[in-house]
Amino acid sequence: MEQQYIDLYKAHHATIKEHSAAVINESRDEAFALFEELGFPTTRLENYKYTDLRPAFEQDYGLNIRRLDFPVDPYQVFKCDVPGIDSFLYFVVNDGFYPEENERNKELPEGVIICSLKEASEKHPELVKKYYGRLSNTKKDGLVAFNGAFAQDGFFMYVPKNVELPRPVQLINIMRSDVDFMANSHNLIIIEENAKAQLLVCDHTQDDVHFFANRVTEVFVGEYATYDHYKLENTHNRMTNLATLLVEQQASSNIISNVITLHNGLTRNTIEVALNGKHCETEVCGMVIGDKNQTVDNFTSVLHNMPECHSDELFKYVLDDSSKGAFTGRLYVAKDAQKTLAYQTNRNILLNRTARMRTKPQLEIYADDVKCSHGATIGQLDDNALFYMRSRGIPFNEARLLLMNAFMADVIDYIRIDALRDRIKMLVEKRLRGELSKCEGCVICQ
Amino acid sequence: MLVIKNLHASINGKEILKGINLTVNPGEIHAIMGPNGSGKSTLSSVITGNPFFEVTQGSIEFNGKDLLELAPEERANEGVFLSFQYPVEIPGVSMVNFMRAAINEKRKYLNEPAISASDFLRLMREKKELVEMDSKLTNRAVNEGFSGGEKKKNEIFQMAMLEPKLAILDETDSGLDIDALRIVANGVNKLKTPDNATIVITHYQRLLDYITPDFVHVLYDGNIVKSGTKELALELEARGYDWIKQEVEA
Repeated sequence: MEQQYIDLYKAHHATIKEHSAAVINESRDEAFALFEELGFPTTRLENYKYTDLRPAFEQDYGLNIRRLDFPVDPYQVFKCDVPGIDSFLYFVVNDGFYPEENERNKELPEGVIICSLKEASEKHPELVKKYYGRLSNTKKDGLVAFNGAFAQDGFFMYVPKNVELPRPVQLINIMRSDVDFMANSHNLIIIEENAKAQLLVCDHTQDDVHFFANRVTEVFVGEYATYDHYKLENTHNRMTNLATLLVEQQASSNIISNVITLHNGLTRNTIEVALNGKHCETEVCGMVIGDKNQTVDNFTSVLHNMPECHSDELFKYVLDDSSKGAFTGRLYVAKDAQKTLAYQTNRNILLNRTARMRTKPQLEIYADDVKCSHGATIGQLDDNALFYMRSRGIPFNEARLLLMNAFMADVIDYIRIDALRDRIKMLVEKRLRGELSKCEGCVICQ
Repeated sequence: MLVIKNLHASINGKEILKGINLTVNPGEIHAIMGPNGSGKSTLSSVITGNPFFEVTQGSIEFNGKDLLELAPEERANEGVFLSFQYPVEIPGVSMVNFMRAAINEKRKYLNEPAISASDFLRLMREKKELVEMDSKLTNRAVNEGFSGGEKKKNEIFQMAMLEPKLAILDETDSGLDIDALRIVANGVNKLKTPDNATIVITHYQRLLDYITPDFVHVLYDGNIVKSGTKELALELEARGYDWIKQEVEA
């Protein structure tokens, strides 16, 4: 199944490059060579052993390497953003950055650049060149290599030194096509020293065809900078969503990554955060609500390369029907990373006998003066609590809902945008009630 | 109000209740005493519909309704309340949300509109004062991190909020110091009306110094073996349970 993409690349690499930008093309052939060597990941690989992605690769997808415009007006389709959340709003349709029309986006502070990666590569080649591929090019990973070969564009955000964004940035990814379709994109986010930014990425599907997205996001967070990365997925069950988030933190920076999967088909989130300076603060968290045949595999790596950093990790899953979940929490503490504080928790509730959860804490500690902990549980709702609530007149289903909402509460509390936190709380409740059992466009707007 | 006839119940196939008969009328306070393992807590669990217990024989009628046919939540909304011996901690569910859900479910059951936010807050405040409960506790998750005494107070607070027709206090005195005991008992007494009834399940006579029962029953080996007035409780306190055992076995 790799062969068709290898052939495609060999026949059309000139076209691919022509519709991309020089900076992005520089490492393209190398990435392709690596993909030829690695192929798509299989369950024989340790890092991919829980979820078989092959069926998703077998599908025959269309690609848009000539980058023709898709007939869609996202401003029509998505009339509102999260109510109460005042954001800088951007759309990416498949892999194409949608021309900016939003008046309020002109209020971005001076020096901040938000545009397509292609545009950034052409207008600010030195800046893009300095960062593009720095984290991804060294990855021995089939998906990242495939992305390096085929991604032609993506989202670009640059927040210069000492600048604080007054509002969160919201990026809405929409998959839109009349035929089974694949999109590869590469996002690049640079938050310079002492800058502050929050990004909310929403993944949505528009049409009832098979979609395949393979996105790589590189984030560079400078000294004393603060960055929030929220990813909210609400896609339909014919979506394969492969997302690799690579973050590099400099000293005394503070980041949150929170991946929330409300509804999906097959999702793989690979999140790697490298703590490359002292006194970094890192929160990596996420939640999954799965039912039917949904599959979510969150693979996380927190790399304590420097001493005196603090990381927390919290992932929670509620799985019903025949849904499948997987979690890997790799925690690496380098030999000299003394005084590391690193805590990891993964808790899961299975509502049905046929739901499956696999979880693996993976701690690799080479320093000797650290505090690290991990805990993973898989269980059911607490029968005693259920009876207690029923004995107060709360019906079984309501009691279950209250417990499930309560179970997810601490992950939601990790959201540092008040309006978004309230909104997600509401969406989670709706989802658990079964009111969002089908994704129709943007849940944000319902 | 409550009529229990020939009630048999078991857990995991082991019979615990072996033919209980008990009638409770409005306005009455009944105390049920007995040694450990006699079936006191099983009785309260069965009346409230705990699914871990199986009723194998007999009937429970509550205001003319067959209680055994009703789900636990329906029994609660009919006006049955249990103050748990071991109140359950529910992390993440706030007391406020919990109480609002309970009150509104009851109103829904009785075809009444949901309570307004201001009425609800006023009710919370009133009832908190009644049991001298710290406001900090009602701002927390249900029972989470509460001390033993706070948990018991919280049970009586919930009882005050829900105004049941029949309240069953299962070992509410256990783990309480003398001040907490007085507060809890005062709360129960203040909630007493000629229309509601209370069943006090207890080990010791101590609580009965504060809550005066109209009837005292002794439960032993799954049966009520002796009934009397409050003097029986005093006698039990003085003589222990052994003489009852001997009487039964004789």
